[in-house]
Amino acid sequence: MSIAPVRRRVRGGVGESFERPDAVPKVKGEFRYGSDLNREGMLFGATLRSPHPHARIAGIDVAAAKRLPGVKAVITAAELPTRQRFGLMKLDQPVLASGRVRYVGEPVAIVAADTAEAARVAAKAIDVRYELLPAITDPIAALQPGATPLHKPGNVIEEVRVVHGDPDARADIVIEGEYALGMQDQAALGPEAGLAYPRADGGVELHVATQWLHEDLRQIAPCLGLPESKVRLVLAGVGGAFGAREDVTLQIHACLLALATKRPVRMTYGREESFYGHVHRHPAALFYAHGATKQGRLVFVRATIVLDGGAYASSSPAVVANAACFGAGPYRVPNARIHAVGAYTNNPPTGAMRGFGAVQSCFAYEAQMDKLATKLGIDPVELRERNAVRNGDAIVTNQAVEGSAPVAEIVRRCADLPMPESDIPSDPIALPGGAGNLTVGEGVRRGVGFAAGFKNVCYSHGFDDFATARVRLLRDERGPMVRVHTAAAEVGQGVVAVCAQIARTELGVERVEIDPPDTTIGSAGSSSASRQTWMTGGAVLAACREVKAELLSRARVAGRSPDDLPGLLGEPIDRTVTHRHRDTQPRNEDTQNNGHVAFLFAAHRAVVDVDVETGLVKVVQIATAQDVGKAINPLAVIGQIEGGIAQGLGLAVMEEVQLQDGHVRNASFTDYLLPTTLDMPPVVVDLIEHPHPDAPYGAKGVGEPPTISSTPAIVAAIRDATGRELNRVPVRPDDIVFDVPYRSGWRISPGDDPRRASRT
Amino acid sequence: MSVQVARSIDAVLDHLSSVSEATLLAGGTDLMVEINFGRARPPDVVAIDRLDELKSLQRNGRVRMGALVTYTRMLDEDPGSLALREAARTVGSPQIRNAGTIGGNLGTCSPAGDTLPVLAALDATVVLRSRAGERRVRFIEFMTGPKRSVRRADELVTAAEWDEAGPAQTFMKVGTRNAMVIAVAGLALVVDRVRHRVGIGIGSCGPTILGAPDAERFATGMFDEAGWERPSWPSEAARTEFGRLVASAARPIDDVRGTAAYRRQVLSVMGARAIARVAELT
Repeated sequence: MSIAPVRRRVRGGVGESFERPDAVPKVKGEFRYGSDLNREGMLFGATLRSPHPHARIAGIDVAAAKRLPGVKAVITAAELPTRQRFGLMKLDQPVLASGRVRYVGEPVAIVAADTAEAARVAAKAIDVRYELLPAITDPIAALQPGATPLHKPGNVIEEVRVVHGDPDARADIVIEGEYALGMQDQAALGPEAGLAYPRADGGVELHVATQWLHEDLRQIAPCLGLPESKVRLVLAGVGGAFGAREDVTLQIHACLLALATKRPVRMTYGREESFYGHVHRHPAALFYAHGATKQGRLVFVRATIVLDGGAYASSSPAVVANAACFGAGPYRVPNARIHAVGAYTNNPPTGAMRGFGAVQSCFAYEAQMDKLATKLGIDPVELRERNAVRNGDAIVTNQAVEGSAPVAEIVRRCADLPMPESDIPSDPIALPGGAGNLTVGEGVRRGVGFAAGFKNVCYSHGFDDFATARVRLLRDERGPMVRVHTAAAEVGQGVVAVCAQIARTELGVERVEIDPPDTTIGSAGSSSASRQTWMTGGAVLAACREVKAELLSRARVAGRSPDDLPGLLGEPIDRTVTHRHRDTQPRNEDTQNNGHVAFLFAAHRAVVDVDVETGLVKVVQIATAQDVGKAINPLAVIGQIEGGIAQGLGLAVMEEVQLQDGHVRNASFTDYLLPTTLDMPPVVVDLIEHPHPDAPYGAKGVGEPPTISSTPAIVAAIRDATGRELNRVPVRPDDIVFDVPYRSGWRISPGDDPRRASRT
Repeated sequence: MSVQVARSIDAVLDHLSSVSEATLLAGGTDLMVEINFGRARPPDVVAIDRLDELKSLQRNGRVRMGALVTYTRMLDEDPGSLALREAARTVGSPQIRNAGTIGGNLGTCSPAGDTLPVLAALDATVVLRSRAGERRVRFIEFMTGPKRSVRRADELVTAAEWDEAGPAQTFMKVGTRNAMVIAVAGLALVVDRVRHRVGIGIGSCGPTILGAPDAERFATGMFDEAGWERPSWPSEAARTEFGRLVASAARPIDDVRGTAAYRRQVLSVMGARAIARVAELT
């Protein structure tokens, strides 16, 4: 298509730092989130959840609950319209537990009542008789022969092997290590919320804070026993997602209650229930071996990675694949054997979270790179530069990196960013312990750490990944305007601004309105995998170009200038386009093919002050260079980078869902600690803009890389300050003070099948 | 749930004496969390936050801090104790500090209450009032266990009182975040250079706020030797020994916020740093 250059220059186009339309209302508390939804005659839903990690349900008595005042419906598995299960990748999750519960927090019954309090009280009044079963909470134990299968096919959710070059290659220098990550929560500030109401056609409409309306629809409709045409979804205001809203939580429950009561029903989780209600990041155990030449060239990587998938599959298969595919890092590695397995356990289910499998392996391989640098006596930055993947090089999945692969450049540019101006300060508030007033410098040592990481953008391995956009150019009494309709979920990442900026730039019209996302238009795919700019942005771009072609054609026919919009828009121009990225290949046995669309790279340097006597940490500065292709909205990109780093920092030093025998010990923000402004350091950002040929304006995704290598950089800095091994995150003060490295208790030779582990 | 807004202390006391179990609401920073998490459904709530009589802060060698003095006011107005200001700064966020009160800290009586180790170190007195009259209880006798005190159901905490102890005092707190964190361990140290008295309060390391009599005796000996009126620089051996004695007074447990071993470790560190810090202050 030949495209005329845009002649009208407008504010708020591509490349401009532009305020997002939702920014001010969110800051001022005026934005309407899912939990603010309201409708005449609305009932309130509540969920009764399992208190046991593993038990047989011997009986459920709802009589007492039904008799309580204000109770309009009580639904257990026995009342469900179908036995249909749901799940993102495997249909293994019951809508309500029947016969067996597999984790603490599994929904057993739902209630609708006149008030939230009445619903809560009624849920408590349901009498469930449980017969306790032994819980399996160690994922490696769950994989061993003889372990009780938690699901019919056994406890392996997914197994991915990457075999590259000579997997048994030998090297001059070999270093090994065992690593672990705890369970991180996405901790979106807006808990799960939705409102369902029955429609006159016997169907149901659900307004819900989610990441992917159409995928929700695909899972919800069969569980309601309805065709998809009878279920309509509209995006409610989303208060953050980070992966936690990829899975169905209250969607089916709210619809069931609305259909049963013929009334609108709102469900809103509180913070505690939110911890039980959504999936978390996979805890991981990783066993690594790296081989290198004496000159510091990587010869091989061998790794075994076990991810704890919890009680249901969720997106574990793809997380396992990511952990394996990106398990050697953004480096030239000629030989590799990586064996990654996701295991069913009786822990809470795990699934998508920002970084999606790449986070877990990056923590391990970057620690290995540092160990290797130490052993070789090479500067850690130099070692990474020397081994950096370059354009055209294959990663361990044998896929050549095309487009832009500025790994050596991000490593060098990140390392060259200015260091903090000050030495160790003397004001306690700026030191480890912060407001705790612990030190004026006693016990404090500074450390510097470095890490790089990467992952894919968009969906991989043959998934039919597409996004749909409808763009209308029209004129009203105020003049020309553009309406953009997609189903893309704005989850805080800024896709609404990106779509508007693209439309402004392409059509030269400043006034752009974004219609509410719903399922009356085709799917946009998920606001996940750093993909919405590439995919929905790409769809908007393509639709705008079709609109522009029509405009030029009208101008030609009418003999008018294409700038004469009022004259040419007697009829609106209306185009809907579905955009696909190039095909990817389904994974083959050794994972040796072009499984991914493109890759995102970032490097982080952390400067930390550590009080070595109390084990407390103050991150002083993070410097980062990130390969973004093209920053559509630099301000928003920096916001994504800072936010992602905050989550990486949280994983490094404080954020963990603490589990004990399958029970969550800290389901509150009192004890699940998130970084505060006093924990979050200044971030120095260098955006590397080498446009990717396949992406709209060359813009790659930006959301995930900041969380991937920030964590290992911070831990490397703490190691530098303390000399401790610190092979598990989050690093606890005890780990620094008492210097006891983490050991899983399992012996696994890196690269081997974790189903053949032995106890140490 | 009934919620009454009290207009006078007498009205509160009448109410407390007429019902078996009323819940007092001041800043709400503890109670509202319990309610929002569904852990508490108090049937009878009395909001006392509008009682201006409880908002006074008087100083005249002796401090009388009304129960409704907030953490923000402890920071903004000099409450006659540096350690108390330092403790107030460790509490929550600005919003929490605007709402939370000293009376609430005493009423909840958590071992992690941030001002409580300071009240112990100052040997403060808790003023309680009921229809039967007023009584004064030393703080160290006030608290009897986790969230338990000698306050009777018909009594209202109206104030805390203490003698101003001079500048040689400090408060420190360990938490695994640099702000807005519940104490894993807290330590208040007060050296009254006029009365020749050393006071210590340990938080989050036992069922109640704990004193450390051996450490107090040790420090008293140090100041007897170095001179109470002068700044001094305790030797490393003396600092370490003081820290050890502080830690040995603790009765910590393992919980979701930290291990007992870690609590002992950081108490010894805080002790050593605190004694060095206050010994310089005159």
